[in-house]
Amino acid sequence: MWRALLHRTISLVAALAVASVVIFVMLQAVPGDPAAFMLGLNAQPDTVAALRAELGLEGSLPARYLDWIGGMLTGDFGTSYTYRVPVAELVADRIGVSAPLALYALGLTLLVAIPAGLLAASRRGGVADWGVMGATQLGLAVPNFWFAMLLVLVFAVSLGWVSAGGFPGWSDPVAAIGALTLPAIALALPQASILARVLRSALLDTLDADYIRTARAKGLSRRATVLRHALRNAAIPVLTILGLQFSFLLAGAIIIENVFFLPGLGRLIFQGITQRDLVVVQSVTMLLVFAVIAVTFAVELAYTLADPRLRRR
Amino acid sequence: MTALLENEGPRPHGGGSELSDPATDRDALLAFDRLSLAIHGTTILHDVSLALFAGRVTGLVGESGSGKSMTALAAIGLLPDGAATSGAIRMDGRDLVALRERDWLGIRGNDVAMIFQEPMTALNPVHTIGAQVAETLRLRGASRAEAMRIARDRLDRVGLSRIPLDRYPHELSGGQRQRVCIALAIARRPRLLIADEPTTALDVTTQAEILALLRGLVDDEGMALLLITHDLGVVAGIADRVAVMNNGRIVEADTTEALFRHHRDPYTRDLLAASRVPARARRKVPPDPVLAARDVVRTYGAHRAVDGVSFTLHRGESLGLVGESGCGKSTLTRALLGLEPVQGGAIELMGRPGGTAMTRGERAKVSVVFQDPYGSFDPRWTVRRIVAEPFHLTGRPRDADARLAATLERVGLGAGDLDKYPHEFSGGQRQRIAIARALVTEPEVLVLDEAVSALDVRVRAQVLALLDDLQTRLGLAYLFIGHDLSVVRAIADRVIVMQAGRFVEEGPVADVFTAPESDYTRTLIAAAPAIPDAWVKETS
Repeated sequence: MWRALLHRTISLVAALAVASVVIFVMLQAVPGDPAAFMLGLNAQPDTVAALRAELGLEGSLPARYLDWIGGMLTGDFGTSYTYRVPVAELVADRIGVSAPLALYALGLTLLVAIPAGLLAASRRGGVADWGVMGATQLGLAVPNFWFAMLLVLVFAVSLGWVSAGGFPGWSDPVAAIGALTLPAIALALPQASILARVLRSALLDTLDADYIRTARAKGLSRRATVLRHALRNAAIPVLTILGLQFSFLLAGAIIIENVFFLPGLGRLIFQGITQRDLVVVQSVTMLLVFAVIAVTFAVELAYTLADPRLRRR
Repeated sequence: MTALLENEGPRPHGGGSELSDPATDRDALLAFDRLSLAIHGTTILHDVSLALFAGRVTGLVGESGSGKSMTALAAIGLLPDGAATSGAIRMDGRDLVALRERDWLGIRGNDVAMIFQEPMTALNPVHTIGAQVAETLRLRGASRAEAMRIARDRLDRVGLSRIPLDRYPHELSGGQRQRVCIALAIARRPRLLIADEPTTALDVTTQAEILALLRGLVDDEGMALLLITHDLGVVAGIADRVAVMNNGRIVEADTTEALFRHHRDPYTRDLLAASRVPARARRKVPPDPVLAARDVVRTYGAHRAVDGVSFTLHRGESLGLVGESGCGKSTLTRALLGLEPVQGGAIELMGRPGGTAMTRGERAKVSVVFQDPYGSFDPRWTVRRIVAEPFHLTGRPRDADARLAATLERVGLGAGDLDKYPHEFSGGQRQRIAIARALVTEPEVLVLDEAVSALDVRVRAQVLALLDDLQTRLGLAYLFIGHDLSVVRAIADRVIVMQAGRFVEEGPVADVFTAPESDYTRTLIAAAPAIPDAWVKETS
């Protein structure tokens, strides 16, 4: 068990190292001058030179790489060229929106997907199964930005329950949660549809297993059999999807953040790209890679909790 | 065990007719009364009447698809969706057929319990064995500590006193897992235990232990046991009464000895004849080595799976290789087929280096037939494509189509079958297709890896006859790997007994079976279920 954990940790660190080199090389070592690129075609040569110095583009590639990594490790992510504030500060602000939004959406996803998947699997071929499969098909097919706009029209414009966009900050938690509710629902719809379907098919596979018959022969009801014996065995594919979904929600919510004018990480990186702010792009990308790898690591740990066969005695 | 049963005194229900006559089954714990069953309109059971008695073992014997498992599932209320029944299953004055699911919950595990064929998959892999045994007790409101205490006691009773409760199923062997299944079935001391092919997936020595355990439970706890099996040898050794099932009907039922001695139904006679395959006549094979192993060693890390074994297989000879799971016979087979390297010794095929050193053309000279006639074909391939596949070793000959047709005819199928798919064939026919695939490159050596183990006895007898005929006509050498000694005896000229990676005995098959030299061989022979000769001679 501990040995396996150590192996996983080593591979996590190795993956991060490789990712950092790839990001650094793509953004800094490719042909062309990042400073000239950032300032555009009409920049004055002395402005470009000043920016080069400011960006730390002088010096050898390995030295610059080590400098960057050293900064990342100590919390110095550099200073944004366009915002003129430390990237760390920007990121901290944006995570305050993106992380709660991702967790909120994930919570809603689970809240909908688990009962729906359980219902569909235990009523295989029945009306409830058809209903869940039809609804999730629709949930997958509807573009979520369109669904988001629909939500705004109904709940913000017509009913006036919540504001149509923007984020008031966490000083007023009720308002903050209110502002995140519609985006979270819009994000959760396709995710819940996917997860419900994955859970349904994983459950159907386990419900055909011999140990389910054993459980029924012991005298367990259908419901107890599904909850106690099938659900945990169906967990592995569900955990895999869940990990991918969380990583996606953290940074992939760009469109939804734009629809609702939310200052999230997705928008930060999007703005960084459009404004050619390489410092922001480079550091935020690295942070997101770290987040994705960390989530994957957590998912793998969860596998071993769910399935004792993956533990080594 | 047989002797023990014969010495028992007169039984409460001596006559055969009583088994199927509900009027005299008043003492029965559970009685099927003209039970008929159809699933989605297909009739599965016709008028099944059978009584089960406390403290008695009733054997239900039949081939796959005969309806014996459905009979069992009906008695525990676990019939598949779409099942329509008529008739009754009486227990305690109630008709179980009429019960609703809610009422069944109080009966399953409590009055009627069941164990199944496949111990490897019958336990939930994510729960400890203690939790799985205790769960049935917790259903009845036992406290956690009380449930765990009883679970410990039940696991001790089934012979697992040295296995801690916090073990997971994957940490146990197949035999141990079947014991856990028995422990959880008997946790609440049910009055009827149904065992559906409980030992079919186990080795002979483990099978003997599990059967002895079941018999002991019936005697100690006064349970009724319904033992479902395809193996007449198993019921001969353990059952008080036997019912024979064919096509959803009980064709004959009687006390065990009476059934073997005086059966009247032709189906019973066929079944009995097929399950007692005659030993192969002693014959002399001229020495002409085709496949040889010299001190072969195969290691996995520190584990020596095959530990210095040597043998020679001659043209036209058939050599049996017998041993229990994990003895190394499959590992040796993979090395002989050139699928895995060896770490010591040498393999020779017709005087040239064999194993992984074989060229494609040489590989075509050694073919293999595996156990599972369902799993060893791609279901989306036609028979033509399946049987033609080994041609990639030799290059597709110009007369390929003619050879495919001829090969299929050789195994008893027709050229018309070439464009069918595997699911259109029965298990026995599929095994014939597997043999055709092995023969199409005109090999010298056929490796038969448990090739008839998954077949019903009558089909098995046919496939064995086919193999015998092919050997005579084509001069093939067989390496026949098996765990069923009576089958090995029927096909092999010589036999090797393997244990823990080594050969413990080797010799002409008649000598090894009549006068075994090693203790291990004696154990294997003693453990093999057999029908007493005296019971059969009268009818034959």
